[in-house]
Amino acid sequence: MSAALELHRIGHAYFGQSVLNSIDLQIAPGEVVALVGPSGSGKSTLAHIAAGLVEPREGRVTPGYARHAMIFQEPRLLPWATAAQNIGFALRRAKLPRRLRPARVAEAARLAELEPQDLAKYPVELSGGMRQRVAIARALAVRPDFIFFDEPFTALDVALKRRMQDLVIAAAEEAQFAALFITHDLVEALRIAHRIAVLDLRGRGIAGLRILPGDPGARDEATTFALRQRFLTEDPLFRHIHDVDERRRP
Amino acid sequence: MTRILADRAARLLDFLWSGWAGLAALALLFACWQAGHETWGDFILPDPLATLGATWSLAISSESRGLLLLTAQRALAGFTLAAFSGAVIGIIAGYAPAVMRLARPLLTVVLGVPPIAWIVLTMMWFGTSGATVAATILISATPVVFVAAAEGIASRDRGLGTMAEVFRYGALGRFWFIDLRQAAAPLFPALALALGTSFKVAVMAEMLANAGGVGGALARARAMLDVPQALAWVVLAVIALVVVEYGLIRPMQAEIEGWRRAAQPWGVKK
Ligand SMILES: Nc1ncnc2c1ncn2[C@@H]1O[C@H](COP(=O)(O)OP(=O)(O)O)[C@@H](O)[C@H]1O
Ligand SMILES: [Mg+2]
Repeated sequence: MSAALELHRIGHAYFGQSVLNSIDLQIAPGEVVALVGPSGSGKSTLAHIAAGLVEPREGRVTPGYARHAMIFQEPRLLPWATAAQNIGFALRRAKLPRRLRPARVAEAARLAELEPQDLAKYPVELSGGMRQRVAIARALAVRPDFIFFDEPFTALDVALKRRMQDLVIAAAEEAQFAALFITHDLVEALRIAHRIAVLDLRGRGIAGLRILPGDPGARDEATTFALRQRFLTEDPLFRHIHDVDERRRP
Repeated sequence: MTRILADRAARLLDFLWSGWAGLAALALLFACWQAGHETWGDFILPDPLATLGATWSLAISSESRGLLLLTAQRALAGFTLAAFSGAVIGIIAGYAPAVMRLARPLLTVVLGVPPIAWIVLTMMWFGTSGATVAATILISATPVVFVAAAEGIASRDRGLGTMAEVFRYGALGRFWFIDLRQAAAPLFPALALALGTSFKVAVMAEMLANAGGVGGALARARAMLDVPQALAWVVLAVIALVVVEYGLIRPMQAEIEGWRRAAQPWGVKK
């Protein structure tokens, strides 16, 4: 089976300042890979390159998926459009006949656990969590087989974060998409992903990969906690994940 | 469909209700006017009722309606030109910082020249014709539109553009659905301002260039020291401006910027 996404020796620099170097990564269809790394290590840049938004200085991106979507740290909703219109915004370019769009919007809203009455509201009328749900629904509406998540839940409080993670796990099971899930929260990565990739502190390659046991949906609390303990105390790969000061980057 | 109509109706009622405040302000203005009239006498400040009477008789005479229409046409023609060229150059400047850097000092110079000086210049260029009026409006009203359009584009939320790109919008789609929409927020107040400038400059240019219209009529009233007549023309010109602004610019703005009402605590929730 060919990969849903293949990154081959990706390198990038901003204004002559190297950000990423020889990044190799393959993601299988239906596989969720969490990419962890401290802030400023180039995760967002890598996601933009992988999604074709930024042309890499070096290397090659080979997408094997049919349709992608992205969920950003901020919801990035159109303030002048209602929640339903925001979800529909993605569908205008999805080659879906106009008359089928309302049903698709409703389906996506259900997957993102949005209440029907919230669909008529404007983003200013929604809470932060609801806005991010709309962004998730917008991504799911195009029925992507690959989703890029760029630290989507960082701005949410702990309880809400967990509910959103559960939502993504359930949606991934139902909709069967592959994903690159960027986060700097190890527990989040352990809950959501099939595999964890750790980005080098300075973006010099993928420092290492760890395969997580079982399917994300079947992984219970105790397993997640045990994994976290093991990775943080015994695995040198995760030694620097929490102790980096991005201000000291070159 | 009925929802949209109901929404429109609600907005109209809301607008009419807010008209009470406007009416109160007008009543206050007329009270001050009346007081001024009683203090300084008929020659300086005529009776407001007499002025309204003069306005009414002007409004029902087809000859003066023709003059008003001529001025309004000139103002609108100049405004359309100014709005279009200001928006186009402004949008280009919003995307291209180099154009912006070039335009800024030019703008300072252009804005530093009083409109009256432009009238003198355009009179010498175009003679006493509608072209003089249009050119003066173009020069006076373009800068506000330019600045607003440039600011609107330059300060756009680039994250929305990236989002649209993810969902397969091309450069044109992003411009149309994202950037232009964001520029609308500063653009509409600027357009209202430019429209006001257009009417004022039109009257002024007509008066100085003796090009007929309301300005010409004002010049005649001045020559005959007919204060009620002059005031009546002023009132008519203001009414024409208000009609155009609330009949054209505001409805467009309400249509495009309607979502902001949702943010207001008293906004109508569906
Ligand atoms: N558009 C840009 N122009 C210049 N430098 C950038 C740009 N985007 C990111 N950078 C720099 O690249 C580095 C990596 O950024 P980013 O990919 O956002 O990291 P992360 O998402 O891991 O926090 C940072 O040092 C950041 O300052
Ligand atoms: Mg980032």
